[in-house]
Amino acid sequence: MNPVDTQTKTAPLDVEQIRQDFPILRRKVHGKRLVYLDNAATSQKPQSVIDAISHYYSHSNANVHRGVHCLAEEATEAYETVRRKVCQFINGDDPNSIVFTRNTTESVNLVAHAWGRKFLGKGDEVVLTVTEHHSNLVPWQLLAEDTGCKLRFIDIDDEGRLRTDHLDEYITEKTKLVCMGHVSNALGTIHSVRTIACAARAVGALVFVDGAQGAPHGPVNVETLDCDFYAYSPHKALGPLGIGVLWARRDLLEEMNPFLGGGEMIRNVSLERSTWAGVPYKFEAGTPSVADAVGLGASIDYLMELGMENVRTHEKQIVSYAMERLAELPFIRFFGPRDPADRCGLVSFIDADIHPHDLGTVVDQHGVAIRAGHHCAKPLMHRLGVVATARASFYIYNDRSDVNKLIDSLLEARKVFGL
Amino acid sequence: MSTSGLDELYREVILDHYRSPHGAAPIDDPNVEVEGHNPLCGDELIMHLDIVDGQIRSMHIEPRGCSISVASASMLAQQLEGASLEDALELKKTFQAIMQGAEWPEGSDPGDLEALDGVKNFPVRIKCALLAWMTLEQALAEYDHDLVGEVVIDRDIEVVTRKS
Repeated sequence: MNPVDTQTKTAPLDVEQIRQDFPILRRKVHGKRLVYLDNAATSQKPQSVIDAISHYYSHSNANVHRGVHCLAEEATEAYETVRRKVCQFINGDDPNSIVFTRNTTESVNLVAHAWGRKFLGKGDEVVLTVTEHHSNLVPWQLLAEDTGCKLRFIDIDDEGRLRTDHLDEYITEKTKLVCMGHVSNALGTIHSVRTIACAARAVGALVFVDGAQGAPHGPVNVETLDCDFYAYSPHKALGPLGIGVLWARRDLLEEMNPFLGGGEMIRNVSLERSTWAGVPYKFEAGTPSVADAVGLGASIDYLMELGMENVRTHEKQIVSYAMERLAELPFIRFFGPRDPADRCGLVSFIDADIHPHDLGTVVDQHGVAIRAGHHCAKPLMHRLGVVATARASFYIYNDRSDVNKLIDSLLEARKVFGL
Repeated sequence: MSTSGLDELYREVILDHYRSPHGAAPIDDPNVEVEGHNPLCGDELIMHLDIVDGQIRSMHIEPRGCSISVASASMLAQQLEGASLEDALELKKTFQAIMQGAEWPEGSDPGDLEALDGVKNFPVRIKCALLAWMTLEQALAEYDHDLVGEVVIDRDIEVVTRKS
């Protein structure tokens, strides 16, 4: 195993230095310096990731797992090396428990199809939370329609934390699976996965964690989280768009049905029937995006060099400062936990007088990119009693000056609206 | 574009409509009720029409959305109360063309709607300005399918009938 992570010292991030590695941060938007605060949607990419993809296509491009020539061997080795890196990144113990998908959404669908449709039926219950992104809700709704299983939802408290006080009402002997976000993409709440996993274990249920907003922002250890499935999208963690990750316990992957059929995922094929390749290849039908995998490898190298503990500390500091500054503005209300320890690097807010889209448009004119809308979490918006929120989400290349720019542009929006 | 584009977008007349929109008062016994959604951003709009003898006698619009979508809905209500269904449909077509880059036809009197011209410079906001008008088209189609013909489905805007 590469010991790089354990060697990384606790050190504050050198944001100035980090910014140099991201070519896109040098561009201007509407004549202003780009202040990119939409990292929960996707992060920007360092030069090393861009170069890794370019280098792959320039030097090693071939299809994987099927050629005997030099390039095919190199491509296969590069691809499988990344599987090992991903495993290390989330502290799994078996690289063959890592399945490459297109994104978190596909990972969720894979489990809903390959595990859910095989093992769930009438009388079974799947427990979710009211905070889920549509991608960790809709696949389970489809599953419920197909199998007759029932969905139940854990509610939140006033600060957007999951209510864990009456878990035994939701998680019962009928529960077969608990599906929850690691971190809410709309509230920023870091959910208490272990508490809920413990309740799931007590009734013999499995735990699926949607890590789309978790893995990019701090150390992940699938063993200590005590989950059975963990999915995330590397593009939110400096990696390229187009590749996703699913980690699952090896024994579960072994007993699951295939997801998509085709090349790569077979052991033997006759005209009448086929048998399946071993894990994880059973779930990787068709030519994978090898270049994106290689880019993913480079992004993990970059993050592990920084140290994920340091990334987490940095985000905690910046979100803490953002909440402090937002609290100075009497017309702003923000959602989610007040304690930065319970929150990742994002803050969702509304202006009492200006709709989030209008805010988004005005701050964009000042070079500040935020997200405005329902954040693919319409049930949560309904639960909060709003149609939409504005969301600023931070990453390793953001600092206090970016928060200040956001605050200034929010004040500009008040002027535009004559407030 | 400089931030001066913002002044073009958020003209005073738009903000006036946003603050106190027309069509806010509920109406009795509407004969068409539809609800428009913009699934991309979550904006919603309820539209009730009372149609008598081929004319919109009164309308009620309840928008939940940004300043552009609320102002556009308000201007729609301002202009079309008392209008014939044909005129209403014609104005919808003209306004949609304007948002897609056309100029107001010579001799036309767009009234306050002209203030929405600045939206053209913000392509992602055009759907905000069109939500009320797409909802209107669906409402008219519900009332008289032959008048409207085939409603072109807009990928970004979804309209559902609440009561026909």
